[in-house]
Amino acid sequence: MPLTSPAESDSRRKDVSAVCAHCGLPVPPGLIDRDATEQFCCRGCRAVRAAIESCGLGNYYRLKTDQTAAAPANPSGRAYADFDEASFLDRHAPLVMEGVRWTELYVEGVHCSACVWLLERLPRAVPGLLEARLDLRRAILRLTWDTRVVALSAIARTLDRFGYAPHAGRDVEARAARQQEDRRVMIRIGVAGAGAGNVMLLAFALYGGYLHGMEVEYTRLFRWTSMLIGLVVLLWPGGLFFRGAWAALRTRSAHLDLPIAIGLAAGAVAGTVNTVLDRGEIYFDSLTGLVFLLLVGRFVQHRLERRAADSVETLFTLTPSFARLREGDRVREVPVESLAPGQIAEVRPGESFPADGAVSEGESLANLSLLTGESRPVPVREGDPVFSGAVNVGRVLLVRITATGRATRVGKLLALIEECSRRKAPVVQLADRMAGYFTVAAICVSALTLVAWLFLDAHRAVDHAVSVLIVSCPCGLGLATPFAVSVALGRAARNRILIKGGAVLEKLAGQAAMAGTLFLDKTGTLTDERLSVVAWREDPAQTHASLRAWVAALETQSAHPIAWAFAKEATGDDWRATLTAAHDTGIEGTVGEHALLVGSAPFVRERLRELPAWVEEARQDFTSRQLTPVCIALDGRLAAVAAVGGVIRVEAKATIAEFERRGLRVEILSGDEPATVLAVGTTLGLSPEQCHGGRGPEDKVKAVERAKREGPVFMVGDGVNDAAALSAASVGIAVHGGAEASLAAADVYLGRPGVTALVDLFIGATRTLVVIRRCLFVSLGYNLIAAALAVTGVVNALQAAILMPVASFTVLGMALWMRTFAPPKEAAPCP
Amino acid sequence: MSVIYVLLPLAFALGIAAVWAFVRATRAGQFDDLETPAHRILHDDDDDDNEPDTLR
Repeated sequence: MPLTSPAESDSRRKDVSAVCAHCGLPVPPGLIDRDATEQFCCRGCRAVRAAIESCGLGNYYRLKTDQTAAAPANPSGRAYADFDEASFLDRHAPLVMEGVRWTELYVEGVHCSACVWLLERLPRAVPGLLEARLDLRRAILRLTWDTRVVALSAIARTLDRFGYAPHAGRDVEARAARQQEDRRVMIRIGVAGAGAGNVMLLAFALYGGYLHGMEVEYTRLFRWTSMLIGLVVLLWPGGLFFRGAWAALRTRSAHLDLPIAIGLAAGAVAGTVNTVLDRGEIYFDSLTGLVFLLLVGRFVQHRLERRAADSVETLFTLTPSFARLREGDRVREVPVESLAPGQIAEVRPGESFPADGAVSEGESLANLSLLTGESRPVPVREGDPVFSGAVNVGRVLLVRITATGRATRVGKLLALIEECSRRKAPVVQLADRMAGYFTVAAICVSALTLVAWLFLDAHRAVDHAVSVLIVSCPCGLGLATPFAVSVALGRAARNRILIKGGAVLEKLAGQAAMAGTLFLDKTGTLTDERLSVVAWREDPAQTHASLRAWVAALETQSAHPIAWAFAKEATGDDWRATLTAAHDTGIEGTVGEHALLVGSAPFVRERLRELPAWVEEARQDFTSRQLTPVCIALDGRLAAVAAVGGVIRVEAKATIAEFERRGLRVEILSGDEPATVLAVGTTLGLSPEQCHGGRGPEDKVKAVERAKREGPVFMVGDGVNDAAALSAASVGIAVHGGAEASLAAADVYLGRPGVTALVDLFIGATRTLVVIRRCLFVSLGYNLIAAALAVTGVVNALQAAILMPVASFTVLGMALWMRTFAPPKEAAPCP
Repeated sequence: MSVIYVLLPLAFALGIAAVWAFVRATRAGQFDDLETPAHRILHDDDDDDNEPDTLR
C-alpha cells in the first residue's frame, strides 16, 4: 500500500527540494532519488522508516502532525547487552511478579502525538512486552515486560531501530520516591483547597448573619462546623508549616515557616477558644485560605525548579554508560562500572572513551576539549594515552584500559567537584532572612499590645494581642517570593536558560553582583565551539569562482571534524561531488570533471611532490594565528589554502565591554594554550592580565577561590576541567554543549550558545529581585497597616477577611505581570 | 428542627466524598502526567488495519 497519497507524491516528483519521508527535514540535493516516492535525508531515516513499516506501524506517518522533527533519525546500532546484566536489572528494573519486570527509560527524539502512538503500540511489534507508556513531557517510557519471553536489550534495540535511542535513567526507586512526594504535595493542596472553599461558604453565611441578624442556634452550628474543617486543614496540609517551624527552631535558623506557624497557631488557638466559649472571632476562614495559598505558591516554585533540574538531568542521562569490551574476536557491551584495567575496549567514532588507557590498535583523532579545554582534536596512535571523557572523532580504536572509575582523570576531577560543593554554604533566601526580624517584630508588637490593653481594657487585651499575631502572619511574604521566582524561572526556561533554584537569582542580581568577577571559558562562550573556515587564500596567479563551493560539496560527504567547517558553507547547488578516498588527514574526490584533493600540507605534498612558496607563507601565517591550515589542490595543482579555527562570536566584544562598564571584572580562564587565549583576549579588548591560559582544573579552582575573597564569582564553563571551578564559584554557569559533569556542578545551564544568554541571565535576575523587593514592600506595608488597626482595635473580622486576600492578590498580580526575563526573540532551532 | 441539620451533614458527606476521590486519584497517579493523555485520546484503540483513518 502506498503510504503517500498520489497528489503528494506527484508534487514531490516535481519539486526538487524534497523533505525527508521520516523526519521532515529538507533532503540534500545529492540524495534525491527522482524515481522514488519517498525521499530520505540520510540512511538513518531510511532505516527507521523501513523498521516502523515492517512492524505494521506505518500509521505513524499519518498521525504525525508536527512535520519536522528536531533532528534526523540516527539509530546507533547498539546491542544494549548491558541492559541484560543482572546488576543493571536489579538497580533499574523492579520485579512486578514472577518473571515480569518494569523499568523507565529516557528515549531520545520523542516530540509529538505520533510518537506516543508509535511507542505505545510497541507491545504489538515485540512479543513479551506487556505494556509501554510514554510520558511525553519528560520523554520517559515506562515498560513492563516478561523476562522469560523477551530480553530488555531486544526491546531497546527495537526502540533504537525506530530512531528513539533509549537510555537508562537514574535509580527507579529514587524517582518513585520523588513521585510519591509530588503526589503528597498535590493531596495537601487539594485538601487545603476543599477545606478553604467550604469554610469560606460558611463564613459568608456568618457574615450575612452578622450584618442582618441570625439565630444563635445556627451561628453556633456554623462556627463549630468551621472549626472542625479549619482544624483538619491546619493539622493535615498545614502541618507542613509547623514541622518547618520546628526544624527552624531546632537548628536556630531563620525560616519563613516560623512566623507563618506562629500566626497560624495563634489563630487556631484563639479561634478554638472563641468557638467553645461562644464569643469573638473564629478566624478559620482566613487561616484555611492562607494555608491553601501558601501551599500553591510553594508548589508552583517547586515545580519550576524541578522542571529545570529534570531537563538538566535528562541531558546528564543521555550520555552512554556502557563500553564495548573486546574479548578475542567477540565484542560484548558491558556497563562502564564493570570494566577492569588490562581489558581491551573498542571505541567507535563519535563515542567517548569509557576509561583511561593506552591505544593498542588503530590511529585516530581524539577530542580532549572536555578535559583540557583545547578545542582542536589531537592525533592519537598506538601507545598514546587516551582519557575517559575524551571523544574519538576519527576511526575505530582499541584501547588497553589502565584506570577505571574514580581512578581516572575524570574520576579524580569528580572527587574535586564533590569536595567543592560540600564546602559551599547553603543560601538563605531574602524572604527567609527577613522572616527572623519579622517574627521578633510581630511578637514584640503583640506583647506591647497586650500590656497596653491590660491598662485600657483588660477584658479585650488577649483578643487584640492575638489579632495582631494573626494579621501580621506574612502571607504576602510567603506568596511573593515563590511566585516571583517561579515566574522568572519559567520565563528563563523559555529563553533556554535553566536555573536550578531561586536562590541563585538573588546572587546574580543587582549592584552586589556587579562588584564581582566573571570568569569565562574560551570555547563555547566566546568562540563558536564548531570550527569554521576563517580565512581563504587562493593561488594569486589563477583563481576559481566556484572552488570554495566545490570543496564544500565534497566535504559534505566526509565525517571528519574539520570537514564540518567546509560543509557548513555548502550552497545546495547541484554539484555532482563524489568522494573517492578518505584518510585521516585528507580526502580525495571529484566535483563534475575536476579532481580535488583537500587535506593537511603533508597529505597534499605526498601526492603533489611540491608546495609553492605562497602556500608555505600562508601556512606559516595561519599556524602562527593558532589556526589549522588546509591545502586544496585542483586537478593536480595547488589552488588554495584555507584556515580553519574557532570563530570569535560577533557579539562577544560589545557584551564584555558592557559588563565592564557596569563594574564587573571579566577574565578569561582557560585550559587552552596561553598564546591562543591571549590572542582571543586582545581581540575582545581585554588586557593581558585578564587572560589566563594553560590553567588546569586545580588552578581554576584556586583562581576562583582567590577572587571570591573580593566579591561574588561567576564562572562560565563547559568542560569537565571547569566543573570543579563551577561548583566552587558563587554561581557556576554551564554552557551549551558542555560535559555532563559541568552540568551537575553548575547552578545555571545556558541552552543557547554565546554570551547574549549571559546578559539575559544577569538582567533577568536583577529584574526578578526588583519584583521580589516590591512585592515584599507591598505585603509588609499591608501587614504594618493591618497590625496598626489591630493594635488599636479598629479592625473587625469582616474588614480583616476582605483585606487579607486583597493584599495576597495584589502581590500575586505584581509577581505575575511585572517584567523579568524578556520573552524569547525567536525559537532557535535545535542544533 | 430545621432542614439545615439535614443539608449540612449531606453537604459535608459530599465534600468528604470529593476529597476522598481526589486523594485516591492522586495516589493512583492520575495527575502525574497531564500532557500525554491529551495526545493518547486522539488515537483509536483498535487500528490494526492499515486503512487510512479519519485523522489525516
